[in-house]
This record gives sequence, C-alpha cells and structure tokens, in this order.
Amino acid sequence: MKTENLIQALSADLATRPTPVPRAIAQALIVSVPIALGLLFYVWQVRPDFWIVLSSTRFLFKFVFTVSVLGAGLWLVLRLTRPGTQAGPAMTALFVAGGLMLTAVVTELAVMPSSAWMSLLVGDMAGPCLLLIPVFSAAPLVALLYALKAGAPDDPKLAGAAAGLLAGGIGATIYASHCHNDSPLFVATWYIIALAAVTVIGRTLGGRMLRW
Amino acid sequence: MDAREQEWANLMRAALKGNETAYRSVLQSLTLFLRTEVRRGFARYGRGTADVEDVVQDALLAIHLKRQTWRTDEPIGPWVRAIARNKLIDTMRRGGKRINVPIDDIIETLPADPPSEHLNERDAGEILAKLNGRQRDIVQSISINGASIRETAAKFAISEGAVRVALHRGLAALSKIYRDEDL
Repeated sequence: MKTENLIQALSADLATRPTPVPRAIAQALIVSVPIALGLLFYVWQVRPDFWIVLSSTRFLFKFVFTVSVLGAGLWLVLRLTRPGTQAGPAMTALFVAGGLMLTAVVTELAVMPSSAWMSLLVGDMAGPCLLLIPVFSAAPLVALLYALKAGAPDDPKLAGAAAGLLAGGIGATIYASHCHNDSPLFVATWYIIALAAVTVIGRTLGGRMLRW
Repeated sequence: MDAREQEWANLMRAALKGNETAYRSVLQSLTLFLRTEVRRGFARYGRGTADVEDVVQDALLAIHLKRQTWRTDEPIGPWVRAIARNKLIDTMRRGGKRINVPIDDIIETLPADPPSEHLNERDAGEILAKLNGRQRDIVQSISINGASIRETAAKFAISEGAVRVALHRGLAALSKIYRDEDL
C-alpha cells in the first residue's frame, strides 16, 4: 500500500473519534470502583466504629495520605499516556504525599513514648493490610490498564506503574476504612509496602498491555 | 515552535473538529517529516532504507489512532517526534533478524536522492493481505481504489455505518500487524 493510499483511508476514518484517555479512565473507574467497594461492604466490612473514629486525626490522616497517593497516581497516568510528556509536576505531587507521610511519622514519634513505637508499627493487621490493599486494587487496576490502551505512553512500563499507583491509592483508601490500625507508623510501613506491590504489578502488566 | 509546527497544529485542530481536507493536508506534511526522520534513524543504526516507508506508515497509523492524546493547547512538535521515536525504536528492537552494518561501511553508498515512497512499492498490497476478508476489502476499496465511504457501502451492499466500523477496525488491525511483526 502506498502511503498516499493510507492517508486516503485515514482521512476517511476521521469521523470515528478515538476515546480520550480521561474519559476512558472515568469509565474504567465507574465500572471497577463499585466492585472494590462491594468487596469492602459485603465481604470485609467497614470497621464497626467508623462513625466514631471520624473525629480521630490519625484515622483521618490515613485518608489524607491514600487520597494524595491516588491523586498523584491519576496525574501521573494522565501525563505518562501522552507521547512526549514526562511525569514532571505529577512526580512532585507524589513527593508531596511522601512528605505528608514523613511529617505524620515524625509527629507520631514525637508524641508517643518510644516504648510504644514498635507495637504501633506492627499493629495487629499487617497481614490483612498486605493482602487486602492489592485485593481492593485489583479490579481498578485491570479496568485502568484496559482503559489506558486508548493512550500512547512513551514508556508502557512506567505508565503501567502509574496505573498501579492510582489503583493502589484507590485500594488503600478503601482498605483504610476497614483497618483499625491508624498509627502513621503502621501506615508508613504496611500501606507503602502494599502500594509498592500494586505499583510493581501495574508496571509488569503495563509493559505487556500498553504497547501501541 | 517553528512555522511548520504551527501549521501542523492549526491543521490538526481543524481536523479534530472534523475537517477532512485539513486532516489530509497535515498527514501529507507529517509524512514528509516522518520520512526524513526515519531515514535519518535508519542511517544512524546502519540499516538499509528498504523498510523506511513501513515505519512511516506505522507512525502515521499511530498518529491517526492516537490523535486524541495530543492536547490542542500544547505544541504538536514534541508529540509528533515522540511518536516517530517510539515507532523507530520499536522497529530497531524488532529488527534482530537483520544484519546491522556499521554506518561507516555504507555511508558512501547511501542514496543521496530525496526520500521517495516508491522504494517499497513491491510491498503494495502485502500488508493489506494480512487483514481479514471484509476489513481488507473495505480498507482496499477506500485506500487503494480511492472510493468514498458511500461508494464502498453501495459496492458491498452494506450500511455506511458498517463500512465505517470495518474501516476503523481494519486500520487498528494494520497498526497491530506493524507492531507485532518483523518488518
């Protein structure tokens, strides 16, 4: 086929508009987040004292952290699926999430006696945390990766990792309302390990699924 | 941003609003740019020029299928170059079967004439043959025979909507063929 012929076919196809990535992401989340929420409500349950601990700073901070990770992940995904666009300011957003976490950890260490540090860090839900954050992230991650086929990432692995971070942020946000370990020492340890795992899974899958 | 990129951006903005003439015109201009870029890339990697047009077509398909990833308020040059680079690198990675010759050995023999698309006319029809029946017929009717959507619909006695769907899927399939196969 001559290139001139191809151009003929491409212009005839102009009326069929590709889905913009932000819309594809929105559709993916509309489908998949309810699945993750369903798992929370019907299988693992929101913690029984949810309404009481809403006044607890430690409990609320978990959401500040997970939502900031989620936001950074979303911004990274939106940038990294456009050709010629680097992570740039979206990477700063991820550092902000890390900075918030660091501040919370330092504050916790300052206000709690050192004898309590270890038990706060270990908590009693490390296992569920490591298991359930990936479980709650699974549907969003799969849906996101399919959605991101609408994009054109310079680096499919990196875009997949960003999708993993976004899905992990969603999973962690959902998990935070189930988990009764609220110390920043716990969150900084186990949540971050779980987030890293989901990010690595996203990176691997992205490398396979997001080539174009 | 140079004048050429400004021109691409203007044409592409019009195209994204549905202006087919503007679209054809920006694709033609991009083709010239891509041909130069790909030839330069091939020369850098010491690769013959026989498959240049395949990579150009691969990149054009990507530009077409991914046109919504260009944000109309941003410069178009970096976007186009990133797509060209991506396709070029993909080709080089896949090109394992080929014998790579150090550039110094062939630089004297590189053709000096302006890039031509007739280099691989031998391939005419080859890539289309890999599409499934209906998609191939419709892409061929519109690309090689130059028929309109309406004429193609009449010829195959199907609706214009069905032609549009088959054309779009056929182009997406072509892009996948370029991506998955050794050129």
